[in-house]
Amino acid sequence: MAGQSQREPQRPGAADPPWVRRALIAIALVFLALFLFVPVIAVFAEALRKGIGAYFAAIADPEARAAIRLTLMTAAIAVPLNVTFGVGASWAIARFDFAGKQTLLTLIDIPFSVSPVISGMLFVLLLGVRAPLGALLADHGIRVIFAEPGIVLATIFVTFPLAARELIPIMQAVGSEEEEAAMVLGASGWQMFFRVTIPNVKWGLLYGLVLCNARAMGEFGAVSVVSGHIRGQTNTMPLYIEILYNDYQFAAAFAVSSILTLLAIATLIAKRFLQRRAVPAKLEKHDDLAVKVAA
Amino acid sequence: MSIELRNISKKFGDFVAVDNLSLHVETGELVALLGLSGSGKTTLLRIIAGLETPDAGEVLFGGEDASDVSIRERKVGFVFQHYALFRHMTVFENVAFGLRVMPRRARPAEAIIARRVHELLKLVQLDFLADRYPSQLSGGQRQRVALARTLAVEPKVLLLDEPFGALDAKVRQELRRWLRRLHDEIKITSVFVTHDQEEALELANRIVVMSQGRIEQIGTAEEVYHHPANAFVYNFLGNVNLFHGRIEDGRVFIGDTAVELDNTHAHAHPQTGKAVLYVRPHLLEIVMQPNGKQTFAATVKSINPAGPQVKVELVAEWGDMVQVEIDHERYQALHLEPGAKVFLRPKEQQLFVYQI
Repeated sequence: MAGQSQREPQRPGAADPPWVRRALIAIALVFLALFLFVPVIAVFAEALRKGIGAYFAAIADPEARAAIRLTLMTAAIAVPLNVTFGVGASWAIARFDFAGKQTLLTLIDIPFSVSPVISGMLFVLLLGVRAPLGALLADHGIRVIFAEPGIVLATIFVTFPLAARELIPIMQAVGSEEEEAAMVLGASGWQMFFRVTIPNVKWGLLYGLVLCNARAMGEFGAVSVVSGHIRGQTNTMPLYIEILYNDYQFAAAFAVSSILTLLAIATLIAKRFLQRRAVPAKLEKHDDLAVKVAA
Repeated sequence: MSIELRNISKKFGDFVAVDNLSLHVETGELVALLGLSGSGKTTLLRIIAGLETPDAGEVLFGGEDASDVSIRERKVGFVFQHYALFRHMTVFENVAFGLRVMPRRARPAEAIIARRVHELLKLVQLDFLADRYPSQLSGGQRQRVALARTLAVEPKVLLLDEPFGALDAKVRQELRRWLRRLHDEIKITSVFVTHDQEEALELANRIVVMSQGRIEQIGTAEEVYHHPANAFVYNFLGNVNLFHGRIEDGRVFIGDTAVELDNTHAHAHPQTGKAVLYVRPHLLEIVMQPNGKQTFAATVKSINPAGPQVKVELVAEWGDMVQVEIDHERYQALHLEPGAKVFLRPKEQQLFVYQI
């Protein structure tokens, strides 16, 4: 893969002159450095400014640990739920024509088009103690707003379209012929689903999973409205970082930020690893083919 | 296993795809469903497979009603026009799929699966490609893998949807012959859909000519080609020239040219009125001299001498384009040039007249 840029282009007539190629690559790299690498490095530099001891103290703080736990828990609930929904919805939309299909497509997009703050407000209005439904739940001892369930609900809401939106075009492009072939060959519904449908959309699924996870961990607006900012109880990592920042505890704020950044990087590494494993071993010998499959 | 269709109907919205159609396919037969796109042939094939449910009518396999039998239990093999190979599996895994998804107690051991897959790949002459992925194969190879995959589950009925439609002419010819041989060997009841009349005529024991969801004619290649049941079938099987004329006292007139009707396929004994006359290009003769009322004048427009017959395009005296095919010897003798004035004479014995 690394050797690709040095290789002669396949159609010399269509190739750009070398200086154009070099200039384009240079522009891309400078841009990446300025907008991606520098900020990421800055996060770690700021976090470690007061020394490694202060860094670990900031993370070991009970409130910080509670925030990390809450964020991980929220993602652990929201991501599988939304990926499951995304697979189901995209399958239904790609395979069947039914009344209200366009409406469903529009509904899926609502969390994208509405500001996250409004999404949060919506849950407060619906499930707050002053609303009938919220009062009913409160009577049974269930607290949603200003508690963990509200945070999970708000996160599910804002990450709702990510997996589905990723999968719908792929499902439509793949078509249903292979699924029909599987059925005619005697596969049951589940066998067809796990042996044909899912493998055919696995890259989209993986990408949807990564996007969904990133957003679930990083969501601020909607969660901020429903959380109530109770330290050590209803603060997720982004909320906690903001509180630290507003308290002028910059080193601690960046320390927690660095954990969030590491989680994001870990997600990407996990995706890369899964991709590698899923690329058939036979193809890995031919690097460019493997890249094509991975793409 | 025989297939019996009884009064099958299927609509998609307002579009009638299959219209009260009945058909019987004998055990071991190779039947072609021939028709234009939109004639309902693919829908009919999918109904037999169980991929579509008919609005009305019954499908019987070996005399037993299959209406309530699910797709996976029908034991049909279905070959898709665009192969529908599993793109994320090797050729080997594609062929093994039907065996691997069998219920555990019926599923063969891994060694038996491997042997069976290699046998089938040898049968389709692709054993050396077992480790490849579908995207690395040519169209003809993919279609043969699709066939091997279908045969792996030992279907009782083989259904093929435009099996060679997406291939180039040379490969199509080859695969056609290969499928014919395969059918002679394994004698599996087969139905294939095609819009290519040549393919149907060459391959099938019997041909079902379809139009607008109905059967126009069922018969052997000989029957449908030489004894077409109606104008549609005649028109569909091969090139035709179409002339508007009139019938008077058992004679057909195209312009001033009279054609005796004695030996024509004049249906319903037309008496008097307007008529459409269909004449195949090779049933028109080019002569240099008029012959009373049996010929009409035409001007040569273009000549295509490539191929077993010379194709001549002419303009008739009343302005219609006419296509004529003559053999090379006749072409040499006539010294035809574009712009030449000639006369055309229908060879009377094989005309097709349709009264309107």
